[in-house]
Amino acid sequence: MAPTEIIPDSSPKAPEAGPSPSVGGVLARALRGNVRQYGMLIALALIVLLFQVWTDGILLQPLNITNLIQQNGYILILAIGMMIVIIAGHIDLSVGSLAAFVGAAAAVMMVDHHVSWPVAMTAALVIGALAGAWQGFWIAYLGIPSFIVTLAGMLLFRGGTQIILQGQSVAPFPKGFQSISSGFLPEVGPHTNYHNLTLLLGLAVLAVAILQELRGRRQTASYGLEVLPLGLFLAKLAVITTAVLVFTLLLASYRGVPIVLLILGALLVAFGYLMRNSIIGRHTYAVGGNEPAAKLSGVKSKRVVFLAFTNMGILAALAGMVFAARLNAGTPQAGINFELEAIAAAFIGGASASGGVGTVLGAIIGGLVLGVLNNGMSLVGVGTDYQQVIKGLVLLAAVGFDVYNKRRAGS
Amino acid sequence: MAGPVLEMRSISKSFPGVKALSAVNLTVAAGEVHAICGENGAGKSTLMKVLSGVYPHGGYEGEILFEGEPCRFKDIRASEQRGIVIIHQELALVPYLSIAENIFLGNEHATRGVISWNRTLTHAAELLRQVGLDESPHTRIVDLGVGKQQLVEIAKALAKKVKLLILDEPTAALNDEDSRKLLDLILELKAQGIACIIISHKLNEIARVADSVTILRDGQTIETIAIGSEGISEDRIIRGMVGRDLEHRYPERTRDIGELAFEIEDWTVRHPVDQQRTVVDGASLNVRRGEIVGIAGLMGAGRTELAMSVFGRSYGRRAGGRVLLHGREIRTRTVPEAIGHGIAYVTEDRKQLGLNLIDDISRNISLSALGKVARYGRVNHHEETRVAESFRRTMNIKAPTVFTRTGTLSGGNQQKVVLSKWIFAEPEVLILDEPTRGIDIGAKAEIYTVIAELAAQGKAVLVISSELPELLGLCDRIYTMAEGRITGEVARADATQESLMRLMTMSAASSNEQV
Repeated sequence: MAPTEIIPDSSPKAPEAGPSPSVGGVLARALRGNVRQYGMLIALALIVLLFQVWTDGILLQPLNITNLIQQNGYILILAIGMMIVIIAGHIDLSVGSLAAFVGAAAAVMMVDHHVSWPVAMTAALVIGALAGAWQGFWIAYLGIPSFIVTLAGMLLFRGGTQIILQGQSVAPFPKGFQSISSGFLPEVGPHTNYHNLTLLLGLAVLAVAILQELRGRRQTASYGLEVLPLGLFLAKLAVITTAVLVFTLLLASYRGVPIVLLILGALLVAFGYLMRNSIIGRHTYAVGGNEPAAKLSGVKSKRVVFLAFTNMGILAALAGMVFAARLNAGTPQAGINFELEAIAAAFIGGASASGGVGTVLGAIIGGLVLGVLNNGMSLVGVGTDYQQVIKGLVLLAAVGFDVYNKRRAGS
Repeated sequence: MAGPVLEMRSISKSFPGVKALSAVNLTVAAGEVHAICGENGAGKSTLMKVLSGVYPHGGYEGEILFEGEPCRFKDIRASEQRGIVIIHQELALVPYLSIAENIFLGNEHATRGVISWNRTLTHAAELLRQVGLDESPHTRIVDLGVGKQQLVEIAKALAKKVKLLILDEPTAALNDEDSRKLLDLILELKAQGIACIIISHKLNEIARVADSVTILRDGQTIETIAIGSEGISEDRIIRGMVGRDLEHRYPERTRDIGELAFEIEDWTVRHPVDQQRTVVDGASLNVRRGEIVGIAGLMGAGRTELAMSVFGRSYGRRAGGRVLLHGREIRTRTVPEAIGHGIAYVTEDRKQLGLNLIDDISRNISLSALGKVARYGRVNHHEETRVAESFRRTMNIKAPTVFTRTGTLSGGNQQKVVLSKWIFAEPEVLILDEPTRGIDIGAKAEIYTVIAELAAQGKAVLVISSELPELLGLCDRIYTMAEGRITGEVARADATQESLMRLMTMSAASSNEQV
């Protein structure tokens, strides 16, 4: 019923918009508002294209795509939390150590004390939340700079990891736990050349995406606000459809949807919604954008910062477990430099060093840019030495581009 | 009598959209203490910035003669080399360096980049003796009170071989004892042949130390009065400072004033850092429904501090007193509590404290009452946009869409956004702090209309303003503040600019005499 209402609703508007010269204007305005986001999406597409050609098509082979997702899952999870912390105007250097700490704690619980893996995972998430709350308390309520508190946390949790592991790796894990990183959706139904559940899931995602677009458009119109001209809107739907279908087919032709991707998808939707649509999300932007003004508007800024760090702790715990599950071991060396990758992902994905700016989707895009660069350069045989140089330059270029853009816009 | 040490001839200075100074003349005789008086925004600070080279030569019109020679300062260093040193109200000392290091900062006793501590310390000790500060040159600035810091500033000026010392509101932050010492020091320096320009709101101090006084108003020199041996009456100065015509048009309104809505009783606030200082001292006031009440006061009178500390303890330490709404005492210890009771505070500093400049109009307007466009914690963007759009139309915010970043708007439009934010929160009591500061006349008139409308809706409105005509045009009743205390309460019908200015310049000493 919903879709049929759309067409008569919006089509009377379309002829007005069609002949007028505003089509380009609307598009330009839509683009201008999100230069950084669209810019990074386009950059990501270009990087993918570049390596697809350079690697003779290996990059987008189903096996490699699956690898890419599994290799970068934990960084992307961290990047989501890091983006929120940076939007609130802070930074978290401790997430790599905290991830290692929680991974180690989960490992000791499961391997040495034979705790069942769902219980161990829940306990580990609680540990992450407490660790995040601990840091959030010092930062938000005692006013100690987050750089210092989390630098301390970096040492603290790294040391803690070595203490609970006594310097040794703890392995192996139960199958169920391993699957959060290396597992796939189960195979069901008749044998086709594709993974059936993946196809169904892909279609479901597509249906929801299109319905959301239609609903949003109808609502926007019903409030008498400007909507994209019909032609552009259809083009947008076509792009979404193609992207989802191609991606689904690629995954379905290998082993299906990795569990990590499901986790990531859920986090992206949940945190994207939280930051965009919830009061607490809005307050986070306000605190990062101008904390004194937010305070005077009645925003409980300390609570916002406290919650951002608590949330970061939970996500660091999750990332730590995903990483441990991938290695199938809790090791003292886990998570080294993860914080730097996550911070780089957030900044490449549109965060501002002064806070108040950024989106969860941006963090994912930034993380993917780094991930594709890593993966692509490895495939074409660029050494890790040069890889680091190139990633450093990309980070600098992305932020430099943003600063240049802002200055041109008249700060 | 020697010729003048300083002559500033027909100085004009414009900022985009505003003429800050027009053809100002100032002549300071050799070895005299010359006071400059004027309301906030009269152009005193601008004139001193022109003189000291903060606004370099070429950025203003007119001529500066110092010791008979024309001067074209390109920066502060250049003016300091000639012996003109300005000490700003906000002291420019580095807190964690010692007195000696501060005195010679940028002017070090050094040989090829290596500091000679012997010369530095002996010279510093000598200068400290000269200003009468009994402290070791090794003492860090943070360990000194404001009064002693002021003396260090003067020692620093002396180290630069000052010939003309400019003091901007030197006693604003000082207690009576420190003020007296400072004024004595100024007279002592005068005896040594150092001329001094002192900007002050405290007319009794001017009467005590100054040899002549120049009065500025709206960027123009009104007059220069020589103070003879018989002194000068404060009324004489006040007459020059005010007397601006009531040129703006204020909305006609039918006054429908109801019962007592908002009361502050015996409110006292200490300075956030220097807790010895009482910034607001036992202030009491009240506002009725539908009434517009003004608070007049000069810079540093404690008006903003009073308002912000009542609004969720947003300023100061150890705030105490009672706040009543409709006769019942309410708690306003946090901003959400204050907002919850229907109090809104529109800040004087919209860029730093009023707006999130990197965010758009709609999200700024909804911020303090997001719950009104949300259900179950979910913000309804469409409803939010609709609300913002209706404010854009009714408040006449000039911007292409409500998605325009507030940082790109003009001052007047930014102010309308801040006002919209608080009107959207539907408060019962609105405290407007300098609601028309730095905005053009057209936007001012629009904001006056909005304020009148709010009162007509039965809200209690408290307006803090430095512009007396604005208060006289807008308010039903006006309180005056000076040095943290309420010094008067005048009904609109009885108020004149002169009577208000008299109350605003009443210092603690003179008001004690009257009590």
